[in-house]
Amino acid sequence: MEAAAGGLCGSGPPLLLSEGEQQCYSELFARCAGASGGGPGPGPPEAARAAPGAATAAAGPVADLFRASQLPAETLHQITELCGAKRVGYFGPTQFYVALKLIAAAQSGLPVRIESIKCELPLPRFMMSKTDAEIRFGNTAELHGTKVQIPYLITEKNTFKRIDDEDKQQETQSPSMSPLASPPSSPPHYQRVPLSHGYSKLRSSTEQMHSAPYEARQPLVQPEGPSTGGPGAKPPRHQASLIRSFSVERELQDNSTSYPDEPWRITEEQREYYVNQFRSLQPDPSSFISGSVAKNFFTKSKLSIPELSYIWELSDADCDGALTLPEFCAAFHLIVARKNGYPLPEGLPPTLQPEYLQAAFPKPKWECALFDSYSESIPANQQPRDLNRMEKLSIKDMADFPVPTQDVTGDDKQALKSATDEALPKDMSEDSATPKDSNSLKARPRSRSYSSTSIEEAMKRGEDPPTPPPRPQKTHSRASSLDLNKVFQPSVPASKSGLLPPPPALPPRPCPSQSEQASEAEVHPQLNRAPSQAAESSPTKKEIPYSQPPSKPIRRKFRPENQATENQEPSTTVGGPASVATVKPHPAVQKQSSKQKKAIQTAIRKNKEANAVLARLNSELQQQLKVLGVELSTPFQSSPDIP
Amino acid sequence: DALSTIILFLQNYPLYIRSIPTENELKFHYMVHTSLDVVDEKISAMGKALVDQRELYLGLLYPTEDYKVYGYVTNSKVKFVMVVDSSNTALRDNEIRSMFRKLHNSYTDVMCNPFYNPGDRIQSRAFDGMVTSMMIQVC
Repeated sequence: MEAAAGGLCGSGPPLLLSEGEQQCYSELFARCAGASGGGPGPGPPEAARAAPGAATAAAGPVADLFRASQLPAETLHQITELCGAKRVGYFGPTQFYVALKLIAAAQSGLPVRIESIKCELPLPRFMMSKTDAEIRFGNTAELHGTKVQIPYLITEKNTFKRIDDEDKQQETQSPSMSPLASPPSSPPHYQRVPLSHGYSKLRSSTEQMHSAPYEARQPLVQPEGPSTGGPGAKPPRHQASLIRSFSVERELQDNSTSYPDEPWRITEEQREYYVNQFRSLQPDPSSFISGSVAKNFFTKSKLSIPELSYIWELSDADCDGALTLPEFCAAFHLIVARKNGYPLPEGLPPTLQPEYLQAAFPKPKWECALFDSYSESIPANQQPRDLNRMEKLSIKDMADFPVPTQDVTGDDKQALKSATDEALPKDMSEDSATPKDSNSLKARPRSRSYSSTSIEEAMKRGEDPPTPPPRPQKTHSRASSLDLNKVFQPSVPASKSGLLPPPPALPPRPCPSQSEQASEAEVHPQLNRAPSQAAESSPTKKEIPYSQPPSKPIRRKFRPENQATENQEPSTTVGGPASVATVKPHPAVQKQSSKQKKAIQTAIRKNKEANAVLARLNSELQQQLKVLGVELSTPFQSSPDIP
Repeated sequence: DALSTIILFLQNYPLYIRSIPTENELKFHYMVHTSLDVVDEKISAMGKALVDQRELYLGLLYPTEDYKVYGYVTNSKVKFVMVVDSSNTALRDNEIRSMFRKLHNSYTDVMCNPFYNPGDRIQSRAFDGMVTSMMIQVC
C-alpha cells in the first residue's frame, strides 16, 4: 500500500504510513468507496456523488467522513485542496490517504501543510463516521446495548463535543479504527435512537402518537445516570428490530446530524413527521396553527415553559402568534433537539429559517385529498386572489414553493400551486372566506392574538356571502362589469353591431350597498370558472360601502361601455344613483372607438379591483380592531392601585 | 455618564425593569413608581384612551442631578416609564417617541408568544436585546 500510495501520488508528496495508519486508512477508503455503491447516503446537499469507480471514493461518504472529523469547514477545504482531490476531481487512494493524514495533523493542532504529514501523527479521529459499517455489520443493537452505558450517562446533558471527547478517550485506547467503529458512533446513534423510535411509532399511528413520541422519548433521554446499562440497554435492544428496519433512516439522521450545525438540519424523515403532526393539528397545510393550539401541543413535550417560550420566539419569525408549516417544523425540530440534550441556539439557525425550509422541502408529499380542502390554494376569488397573492408573497414565506402549474387565471404564484397540480380546487366558497380572512389576519401581525380563531369567525360572519348568482363568462370586455344575471349575453358583441335589444329603464350599475352582497356572492362562484374573465365583472360589484365614493366615477366611465349592453346589465342589485347618469353619456358613448373603451375598461377594472381589495381589507381590519379592542381592554380594566 | 432606566408596568406591577448603569437602581425605581401616579392622573384626565403620552417630569429635578421621566401608555393600560439623564441633551422628543414605539412593538411581539401569560415578567431574549440596543444608543 505504501508503495502504491507513493507510486500513485505523482504530484503529491511521498506518503509514509505506519502500520496502524495503513490499516485504518485502507479500511476507511474501502468504506467510502463501498458506500458509494451501497448506502442511500442522502447526506448533506452538497455531497455530490462522484461516479463510483473501483479506485475512487465517492465524494459523498468522503465528505461525511471529513466532516465527522469535527474540523472546521475551512480546514476541510484546505485539506481537500492539498491532497490533490480537487485537482484530479476525485478521491483516489493517494488523495484519500493524504487527506486523512492532513486531518490527523489538523486534529493534532498542526497547520494544514504538506510538511505536517511527514512526521508521525496519531490517527485521525472521526465522530460518527461508521454508519455504513454499522449497517453492514448488522450488530447495531447489541453493540448499542453493550457500549451504550458510558455514553448513555452523558448523553442527556452533554453536548456533542463532550461525547466526542469520550469517544476519543476510548479511541486512544485501541490502535486500530475498526473496533472503534461502534463505540464512537453508538452514542450519537443512541441519541438518534429516540428520534427514530419516535418516528417509528409515528409510522404505526400518526394521529394518536402526539404524546406518545414525547413520552417515549422521555424515558430514553432522561439522565438516569446511576442506573447501569439496564434501562439504558433495554430500550436499544427493545428497539433493535425498529432500529434495523429504520437503520436507513438513522443513517439519514446521522448523516445530517453529526456535524456541528447539523443538529439544526431537518431530514426528510423528520420533515415528514413534522408535517404529519402539523396536519393533525391543522388540516390545511398551507394555513397556520394558532398560538393556543400550538401551545397545547408543545406543552406535551414537557419542556419547561420558559424554554418553550424561547423556542417559540425563535421559530415564529414574523411574530404573529401563529405558526405556518415551516415555522412549525422549526419549532418542532428545536423541541426535539432540546429534548435530546442540545442547548438551544442563540438565534434561529439558517437551516431552520422559514425560507430555507420552504426551498429545501417543497410539498410534493401531500396527498391529493388535501388539495381539495385547500382553502387557500387557489384564491380564485379575483380580488381575494390578488389580496391573497399580495399578502402571501409578502408575508407568508410559505408561498415560495416552486410552482410549475398554471392556474386558470395564471396569476397564482403561491406555494399552493403545487397543490393545484394534483387537484383543482373545486369548492372554495366556504373555504375562500377563511383563507382570505386568515390571510388578512396574517398580513397584520400586530392584530393577531390568542383569539385569532374568534376573529376569523367574526370576520366570517361579517362577510358571509349570499347565494352566488351565475357568474358572467368574461368573453367580452364590455360584458364584464355589471351584470350578475345576464351574464351570458356578453359574448354577443351587440354593441358593435348596433343590434341592441331595447334597454330597460333600470340603470346598469348596482349601488354599492347592494353590490356588496352581490360581489360577495360573485367572489365564490368565480372559483369555478375562468376567473380572469369573471374577475372583470366582479370587481365592480365588490364595492363595499367604504369604497362607494371612488366607485361612482368609475362607474360612470363604465357606462359608455355598457351602453351597448345596457340590456344585459340590469342586475339584481341595480342602484339608483347610476340611473340618471347613464342616459346622458349614452349618445356620446357610441362615438368612442371600441379600442379606447377597452383600454379604459381594463384600467378601470384593475383600479376597481385594487380598490375593492383595499376596501375589504379595511373593513376586515376594522372588525378585527373592534374585537381586539374589546378583548384587550377587558383583562386590564381595573382601577389603578395606589402603591 | 448617561443614565437611563426603562420599566414596564401592568396595573402598577412591574413587568420588566432595566437600568443602565446598574448602581443606584433603587433610586430610579423609586422615581419611576412615583411617576406612575402622574401617569395615572393623565390617563384619567384624558378620558378616552390616548395612546401616546409623554411627560417631562422636571419636577423631580435634584439639585445635583437632572432626570427626565417619560411615560407611555398602550391601549391595554400597560405603562412604559423611562428615566433618562437630563444631561443627555441629545435626546429629543421624537426620539423618545420612537423609542416608546419600538418598545411597544417588541412588547406586542412578546404578547404574541402563546407561552407568555399577561402579567408575567417578560423574559423574552428578543425583547432584552432590543432594550439593550436601545439603551446603549441613548447612553
